[in-house]
Amino acid sequence: MRRALWVLAVLLSHWRRHKMQFATLLVGLIAATALWSGVQAINQQARTAYDRAAATFGGARTAMLVAPDAATFPQELYVKLRRAGWPVSPTLEGRVQVNGRSLRLLGIEPVTLPVEIGNAPRLGASDLGSFVAPPGQTLVAPETLSDLHEAEGASLPISNGAKLPPLRVLPQLAPGVLVVDIGVAQRLLNKPDQVSRLLIGQPKSKPAGLASVVGDQLQQVEPTAETELERLTDSFHLNLTAFGLLSFFVGLFIVNSAVGLAFEQRLPMLRTLRACGASARLVNSVLVVELVALALIAGLIGLVCGYFIAAVLLPDVAASLRGLYGAQIPGQLSLRPEWWFAGIGISIAGALVAATTSLIKAIRMPVLATAQPRAWQQRQRRWLVLQSLAACAVFAVGLLLLGYGESLIAGFGLLAALMLGAALILPAFLELLLLAGQRAARRPLALWFWADSRQQLSGLSLALMALLLALAVNVGVSTMVETFSRTFLGWLNGRLAADVYISASDDGQGVAIRNWLKERSDVQAILSGGRAETQVQGQPVELLGLPDHALYRERWPLLEAVPQAWTRLVPGNAAFISEQLSRRLNVRIGDVVEVPAPGGSWELDIVGIYADYGNPKGQLTVNVAALIRQFPQTPQTRIGLIVAKENIPGLIGALQKQFALDDRSVADQATVKAESIRIFNRTFAVTSALNAFTLGVAGIALFTSLLTLANSRLPQLAPLWAIGITRPHLAAIELTKTLSVALFTALLAVPLGLLVAWCLIAIVNVKAFGWRLPFHVFPLQLVELVAVALVASMLAALLPVIRLARMQPASLVKVFANER
Amino acid sequence: MSADRISRRAFAGGIAALALARQAGAQGYAGLGEKADGFAKVTPGKLFAFPGDHGPHPEFRIEWWYLTANLVDSSGAACGLQWTLFRQAAQPGPQGEGWANQQVWMAHAAVTRADTHRFNEVFSRGGVGQAGVTAKTFDAWIDDWELKGFDRTDDRTLAPLELKASSTDFSYALTLEADRPVVLQGDRGYSRKSERGQASYYYSQPFYRARGALTIDDKPVDVSGQAWMDREWSSQPLDADQTGWDWLSLHLASGDKLMLYRLRQKDGRDYPFGNWISAAGETQMIAGGDIQMIPKATAEVAGRKLPVEWQIAIPSRSFSIRCKPLNPKAWMGTGFSYWEGPISFAGTHDGVGYLELTGY
Repeated sequence: MRRALWVLAVLLSHWRRHKMQFATLLVGLIAATALWSGVQAINQQARTAYDRAAATFGGARTAMLVAPDAATFPQELYVKLRRAGWPVSPTLEGRVQVNGRSLRLLGIEPVTLPVEIGNAPRLGASDLGSFVAPPGQTLVAPETLSDLHEAEGASLPISNGAKLPPLRVLPQLAPGVLVVDIGVAQRLLNKPDQVSRLLIGQPKSKPAGLASVVGDQLQQVEPTAETELERLTDSFHLNLTAFGLLSFFVGLFIVNSAVGLAFEQRLPMLRTLRACGASARLVNSVLVVELVALALIAGLIGLVCGYFIAAVLLPDVAASLRGLYGAQIPGQLSLRPEWWFAGIGISIAGALVAATTSLIKAIRMPVLATAQPRAWQQRQRRWLVLQSLAACAVFAVGLLLLGYGESLIAGFGLLAALMLGAALILPAFLELLLLAGQRAARRPLALWFWADSRQQLSGLSLALMALLLALAVNVGVSTMVETFSRTFLGWLNGRLAADVYISASDDGQGVAIRNWLKERSDVQAILSGGRAETQVQGQPVELLGLPDHALYRERWPLLEAVPQAWTRLVPGNAAFISEQLSRRLNVRIGDVVEVPAPGGSWELDIVGIYADYGNPKGQLTVNVAALIRQFPQTPQTRIGLIVAKENIPGLIGALQKQFALDDRSVADQATVKAESIRIFNRTFAVTSALNAFTLGVAGIALFTSLLTLANSRLPQLAPLWAIGITRPHLAAIELTKTLSVALFTALLAVPLGLLVAWCLIAIVNVKAFGWRLPFHVFPLQLVELVAVALVASMLAALLPVIRLARMQPASLVKVFANER
Repeated sequence: MSADRISRRAFAGGIAALALARQAGAQGYAGLGEKADGFAKVTPGKLFAFPGDHGPHPEFRIEWWYLTANLVDSSGAACGLQWTLFRQAAQPGPQGEGWANQQVWMAHAAVTRADTHRFNEVFSRGGVGQAGVTAKTFDAWIDDWELKGFDRTDDRTLAPLELKASSTDFSYALTLEADRPVVLQGDRGYSRKSERGQASYYYSQPFYRARGALTIDDKPVDVSGQAWMDREWSSQPLDADQTGWDWLSLHLASGDKLMLYRLRQKDGRDYPFGNWISAAGETQMIAGGDIQMIPKATAEVAGRKLPVEWQIAIPSRSFSIRCKPLNPKAWMGTGFSYWEGPISFAGTHDGVGYLELTGY
């Protein structure tokens, strides 16, 4: 034991003499752990939130029975099914206005509620009685309670005058939902003996066939392994994870180069230790212990940094997810112990992986081997060939994915293949480039310049690969964001046609508002819309009813349409389809879509396709009058108004006063637009932040690589100095070399980045969201990025170069005196 | 079965939770010893009227339709089954409409062979038709478990009936016939449960002949034998210091029937009681002091020690038997758990029956 401690002390003394190297190692590990853990923390937070939403009593993950037209159905069907042995439990869902907010009201039947429902909030036995027996309870999430500014036990009135049972907090519940007994829900929603869905539990015997019990009045919806929310947000989280992973690997590059160098420099020390009688096993064990200890420390610091990164990004992520998918994520970060352990684990595993080569070499080292600090890097040259072959294989996989891949994962796989392949082939590519330069050179110094650059390549290649990836991702993501931003703004301008938007709490209020508006001279037109929900081919589909008005014809954007498309909508047998839905159903203009409606199947000719950015649901747009004929239960609560600009504030004020509408129920176009753009910007704020982080880490990688190289390059430079080349001159050559390889890399990153952008726009976006954006290239942005890369490289190269320029001649002379 | 039965786990899980949980610190087994304020009281002298009394009495707090059968399958092996429907009112007062109805229903079904014991339970709220009982034509149901009469069902004998229940790993379907009327237990149907006046209304049909099919693990066998139904309702059947009971229903080879129970009290004294029913259907109460019930062997089930073998004697009737369980592991691991299973006995008299042990 004492001996081990002494060996450790000797090994650690190296770091005391090479503080910069030590810092490099720690920075690499910290950066790797921090970004990875930060992203994991965000993902974990989001998943917990989805679980809560999914666990809201059959919100998902449970098989259920619904009416084909998605309307409510008589409770009698529930009793029939129970008596035929079906283990079903009824729920009734609707929306209510509380304190001016619209909340989802969910009625459940706790006695039959399937116990298997995910991690559904459990009502303890003692709570069941007070939940069911009058006055009952309204279960809410803590967030909802504070949103409502109410205390537990309060009994709140809803807009129709009825009162909710007293509020009670159930911590696991999803925000925005009020859970009451089904009997209470039927009364509050004024739907006596009606049910929205039947959740199916574990059958206790073999029940009779569904059709033999209820005919075709109900259909079974199978649970999906993932919730709808998870499926929809998958791409978003994959995106985050990809960034996290990228940063992690870039961090490991740094660790790898630091550990590799430290190993080379400590070879004489190891040899001496072995010669003094320390066994190979002891020395190697101590090397591993030292590395694990460092990884532990760096991992902890990295976790703390990761926590702060997550805390900083979370509000934006939460806002994006709410805006894009309606997913409610609490803005407060809460982390489970697993997260801490996983973070430390990944830090240690990463350090060990990054140090594998060095450790293996240390294990195999013969006791009396001579130190050959540079030889190991040269041997790596044969790796160039192998690496290029690997790159070709990776590209081939990418091509296969492009040709045959169908899923989002395949899209990301293609991206990964593209980047990995490009990174792998980069050293070979640069080698060829430098070789060509060498062939073209005539003067001895130029010849040396090219040859030395080549020789330096293997030491720099990992850092350059990191730089290439970071730059390419940057180019790809910026291009996509810019494209999306322009497309989205244009679309939003056309889409928000009306000047004022009103959402009434119920049909009665809707009628009252319309009547009141008709009397006012400042309202130029009242556009009543409606929305209904149904299912087409098992997918939830929203039916949007729009009135026939010149405004829509002029401004509402359509991607493709038949001539006179708006006129074709009026009779009620035609529809526009959203781009996402048209892809999901594989429907084109001229096809017919059958929509289940309460009165039977409704056949719609598709006469137009429109973009519907940001809507997770598929949508069909029809004439509003036809929608109400087919779906008589459609709430007529959505009203758009055309109003002269100067009259808008007055009208909104009057509306709010007359009908007690809050800010969410009445808004002008500018507000809605500003809100949409705000959400949009926040969505990409996260992407941009991660982008910057990744680029930063790549910069550090380059910096540390150059730093480590600089120390080992004296033997190469000293002879040049000895034959008369001044130190500043040498420094200038070094700087030029670094900048030129960085420039080559940056230039390579541009086409690669554009390819990445194309993949994101044409493949990943289409698979993830269902929309395809036009592909634009923004040259100025590209120039900017290349410049940033060069500046970053220059900064990274500067310190070693300055050191070289100021180096004491004695140090250079020492090279010749050294045992090397 | 005595009032005790009520508890037979009835109160298990959901029901109990629904109905009893609001009073913290429930008294006695499954809260059966609670005060019954607001509910109808059980008083002596009630005149039973059928078919009306076959149906529910929602003004009382608890009620059950409890059927046990001692059967033999086509290979001659003994087996038993249980089917019980419990009703419990969460609150006194007028009956609420729809989901606001305060009745909660629960049912247990079990089958027992020497080598296996299977059980299941079901819960339902009243008011919507998922569970309930009608007196004429008799029908007691919860989900697809049902005890159902026919147009020709006789109100006096409550026969013939059809019985069915199914679970993941067992199911059964029986027809029940009887040619003698139902029998009032206790004092003309008034069954006292303590010296302080706790009581229930209690009648039985111990004369059912059963025939049908029993399926365990998808292997159906034909079965036949005898069955016993207890009907009981009350608002406070147990005293607060009564902790559980040991109850037996016995089919004697002679054709006579015997119902016996012993309510255990915290102070260690018991409250035994019995009714002897002759093969002709005449009933006679047996005074508590006349009954000796001595546990002879225990079985360890579900981490508890249960007296599953008994020495029972009624000296005044020269009756002395030793009874043994068909399967000592007949544990009902339902919400409120208890032991219930078929037994056979020998001694001065031979026969089969059912034993129930609660509060252990």
